[in-house]
Amino acid sequence: MKTGHKKKVKAPLTVEQKIKRRNFISFGAFFALGGGAAVGWKWLLDAPEETPGITGGTRAPLRRALNKTELFFRNFFSNNHLVKTYDKERAAKTPRVNSLIGIEDDEAFDIANWKLTVKLNSLNTQHITIDEIKALPKTEIVYDFKCVEGWDEIQHWAGVKLSDFLAHFKLEEQAKKQYMGLETPNKAYYVGLERDSVFHPQTILAYEMNGKPISMEHGAPLRLIVPVKYGIKNLKRIGNMSFSDSRPKDYWAEQGYDYYSGL
Amino acid sequence: MKVIKEKHSFLMRWTHWVNFPVLTIMIWSGLFIYWANDAYGISIFGFSLIKFFPEWFYNFFHIPQRLAEGMAFHFLFMWFFFINGLLYILYTIFSGAWRELLPNKKSFIEAWQVLLHDLHIRKTIPPQKKYNAAQRIAYTAIIVMGIGSVITGLAIYKPVQFYWICWLCGGYHFARILHFTLTIGYVFFFLIHIVQVILAGWNNFRAVVAGFEVIEEPHALKQELVVPEKTENSDENRS
Repeated sequence: MKTGHKKKVKAPLTVEQKIKRRNFISFGAFFALGGGAAVGWKWLLDAPEETPGITGGTRAPLRRALNKTELFFRNFFSNNHLVKTYDKERAAKTPRVNSLIGIEDDEAFDIANWKLTVKLNSLNTQHITIDEIKALPKTEIVYDFKCVEGWDEIQHWAGVKLSDFLAHFKLEEQAKKQYMGLETPNKAYYVGLERDSVFHPQTILAYEMNGKPISMEHGAPLRLIVPVKYGIKNLKRIGNMSFSDSRPKDYWAEQGYDYYSGL
Repeated sequence: MKVIKEKHSFLMRWTHWVNFPVLTIMIWSGLFIYWANDAYGISIFGFSLIKFFPEWFYNFFHIPQRLAEGMAFHFLFMWFFFINGLLYILYTIFSGAWRELLPNKKSFIEAWQVLLHDLHIRKTIPPQKKYNAAQRIAYTAIIVMGIGSVITGLAIYKPVQFYWICWLCGGYHFARILHFTLTIGYVFFFLIHIVQVILAGWNNFRAVVAGFEVIEEPHALKQELVVPEKTENSDENRS
């Protein structure tokens, strides 16, 4: 090796130099990471909206996150986890009416001719009358109804347990599919429910509220009460029922809300 | 002579600064959610003092009609809030840093003295280590509040699956009130924190970015040689 190249002997850093150096590194990293965070945030804010389909109305990366989070929290779902129930006296005398989509926009609706239409397969449908449904064992529930908006209200509903209904009308084979789709007779409002929630023991097809037949604005003659979901899934005035392995259309999932919306 | 004194660990600084934007986003998106049912306020004897929140506030921050968007942001950034907080707590437990953080027996009396000192009522301040007694209480409280936000948040988010958490929080309705109140608490903490940081000055602020403080230390040895009559007392007075 050549020895002509003289190695510089570094003097130990003074305290001042150390301070300067550490300030530079730390604040450099601080502002670089801060800038990176700002760029990341801008990217998220400007992210394109998802392609409208079964879900819609929210930024694509946020929808992916919602779906992933949903899958994670579904691990905690159990049919043994029951919503808290109350005494009948606690129930609201005049329950809140929050939305009339699929009801007020259907002037042609005639309750006397109502029948529940169940799509059995691509060819066959089954029609079920309200009397047939009322003939089944009645299940009552007084629980805290929760709206996605953030309000909650103790309400008293009665009807047939959805799992009883499916068993009685021999729909168990269809119900093995992953999802149930429900819609109003005019198809203006529609929801999708995954199988777990369909078979939750507190999920009912309700025809009574506070011991009386459900009023029109609360979804007469038959509505869904699914306490493991926000109110947006509790479809009023059920017209059609169907089963599928892919997610059925869901009114609020198309408007940026989580498809699962489970509690 | 200037001396570099290590103050805050890398992990403490990192989690502190990650938490700042994440909590801001959580509060921001939380407002979108709260707006949809803005039921809370403070009233005394039926006389409404404060309504959370007035129209001008919502309009100023463009809050109205963004519930779905707020939920989407909230349910993504909750993960970062949780993971970051968990990192800090685990670090604090296993590094032993909790010894300098948690209030002890003397802290509550001392914190009062710190308060009097900060308000310029009292001249001296009780001797302190990394954090003074008031800081110990405040910084421990904010961690407890963070845990509270996660727990009450879970209670509202999955009140049926986590029914026992919901029960622990006094039910769904009350859990939402707690979750909201904690958020108001963060805002108050933030305001006081900022004022205190400004008053404490550059050296203190730098420690939370760079990790160290620069302290002025007397040339103890030399001084002893030059002025041997200086006693320990005079040194104490200087520090």
